[in-house]
Amino acid sequence: MKSVVLKYDGSFPGFLTCVFNAYEQKLEITEIIPEGEDQKQLFSETLEVITEDFKVQRVLKSLKKKLSSNGVKRLYYSFLSEIPGIELKMYDMIRYVYSSQEKAELDYSHPSVLDISKAAKQVGREKHRMEAFIRFRLTKDDLYFAVIEPDFNVLPVITKHFKSRYADQRWLIYDLKRKLGVHYDLQKAEYVSMELPEDIGISGGNPDYFAEGEIYFQHLWKEYFDSTNIKSRVNMRLHIQHVPKRYWKYLSEKSPFA
Amino acid sequence: MDFDRIKEKLNILADAAKYDVSCSSSGSKRTNTKKGLGDSSGMGICHSYTQDGRCVSLLKILLTNHCIFDCAYCVTRKSNDIKRAAFKVQEVVDLTISFYRRNYIEGLFLSSGIFKSPDHTMERLIRVAKKLREEENFNGYIHLKSIPGASDELMREAGLYADRLSVNIEIPTKSGLKLLAPEKKHEDFMKPMEKVKNEIIQYKSESKLIKSTPKYAPAGQSTQMIVGATGESDRDIMYSSAFFYKNYNMKRVYYSGYVPISNDPRLPALGTQVPMMRENRLYQTDWLMRFYGYDVRELLNNDFQHLEMDIDPKLSYALRNRHLFPVDINKVDRQLLLRVPGIGLKSVNKILQARKFRKLNWEHLQKIGISMNRAKYFITCDAREKELKDVSSENLKQLIIQNSFSKYRKEFNQQLSLF
Ligand code: SF4
Repeated sequence: MKSVVLKYDGSFPGFLTCVFNAYEQKLEITEIIPEGEDQKQLFSETLEVITEDFKVQRVLKSLKKKLSSNGVKRLYYSFLSEIPGIELKMYDMIRYVYSSQEKAELDYSHPSVLDISKAAKQVGREKHRMEAFIRFRLTKDDLYFAVIEPDFNVLPVITKHFKSRYADQRWLIYDLKRKLGVHYDLQKAEYVSMELPEDIGISGGNPDYFAEGEIYFQHLWKEYFDSTNIKSRVNMRLHIQHVPKRYWKYLSEKSPFA
Repeated sequence: MDFDRIKEKLNILADAAKYDVSCSSSGSKRTNTKKGLGDSSGMGICHSYTQDGRCVSLLKILLTNHCIFDCAYCVTRKSNDIKRAAFKVQEVVDLTISFYRRNYIEGLFLSSGIFKSPDHTMERLIRVAKKLREEENFNGYIHLKSIPGASDELMREAGLYADRLSVNIEIPTKSGLKLLAPEKKHEDFMKPMEKVKNEIIQYKSESKLIKSTPKYAPAGQSTQMIVGATGESDRDIMYSSAFFYKNYNMKRVYYSGYVPISNDPRLPALGTQVPMMRENRLYQTDWLMRFYGYDVRELLNNDFQHLEMDIDPKLSYALRNRHLFPVDINKVDRQLLLRVPGIGLKSVNKILQARKFRKLNWEHLQKIGISMNRAKYFITCDAREKELKDVSSENLKQLIIQNSFSKYRKEFNQQLSLF
């Protein structure tokens, strides 16, 4: 067996292609890294992997046979964690699953199975938080607009939620960190990439961009938030545990509204 | 919209509604059809948390805080000298929609002080819900608080638009209610509950026959009890609770530690601490009943009327039932596994899965994430025995408490532990 480092385009289909090639060419993989990242192994040979749809489909199909739909989802979620080195762990888990009898995905005593499930759980948590903490602001041209900066790449997995919830309003969610957005136009949701004006901010209602009244609703919401607090029960530790500080700048209820 | 006026009303009417702790928005299946607004098919989402750590998922307000009654435990009571306000039906609808579209909330929780009469008030609440559903095509969550004493007819209508209905029992014992709300009758609370339960059953059986039967309160009904206002025991509270779960198919019972709001001699004085730990222990007990398969009488009974405050009810149960333990992690059935302190629901499932592959040892269990600190005294596994067979329950309790403290103590005392 040759021991190699695989370089791929950083997409999930790209990763699946890696799996296909590894099996087809009987490779011993020491690293799987997205383009633009440096390999750690000094003496391994590097192979570029070109994403190919038929390979992707083949691997997906066989994965679906070996894994429950939840198992496939866990793999995908852990991929979105973008944790360095997660690809190799995913690959390791896939090999373990292929090599063993059914339901190996639930063998939490296996290290990669456990790691993958942990990573997937983290991503799941962030997905959930984004679904909760996204705050839309209504723009002048009737678009509900939100920016996010999640630790993990959750945009692909929150789209469905917002699509079914806000079917009758146009919206755009933009991930500042990855410079990628999802735009829904009342028919379909599509990825977009764009330059945002600096002064559009992450809360507030700059009248150049936002509808009249937008800022009032943010004030009303903050007002509401403040009125719901029961002073004799304040527990800031718990509060921060639920609403980690790094999210505060996106939440109008936490905004100082200077 | 007159924002300043709305803001003032919101301020008053959210403030008065905040003592109602039922705020969850889960359990309804109302999917967005025909491209309307909103969807409540998933689990409810907490969009924020108050500074006291409670989830904010609904716009929770009173329609008005005018009230003809004078219940001693309530801020809205007639004799309380506070600012009064009332929302117009349309104002509540507009607020709900604007908040929902911005992803601030999952829906509306609407309650009210009683103005004119219970029916008059109930009818107004229903109008809000009906408008939201029919004019705004709104599929988000709506929870209406039923007004004690409202007629059957209105209760029936309310359930057609609301996802959840609740009647707050407020005081867990009849005698307590008599003392604090002499104008109200115990039956006024039970009757609407009975009606809702029967309607739910009826709609369920009809919808089996006819596909197009509308949904009736799909998320069921809930109630709330104030804890610590009268001298009731934990046993009294949880027995009431078990009664509601069993006889009224209650989805949730909420426990609300009494927040002193007046200097009424019948009530704990102003400044008395809110019994938060007790409230927490009651929720844990409730949880054990609903998800861990405990019977309420195992957790509380004549010999054991009050929950222990220094340990959780599950540990407390295990210490009172040492004869059941230790159990062999690799053999014991699910039911008993669920009763091991330090092992939660999720870990139980993981253990049951993982042990099909190999015998589990301490290391496996640790990785699965069970709290060894507690669990180790109650289990055996594929390794040598850990320790302590014949320690008394009281000593074991102290040991566990000490261990869970020392975890924190270490962080503060790092320098000392060098020596
Ligand atoms: S009837 Fe309801 S709102 Fe009125 S005082 Fe009693 S508890 Fe409060």
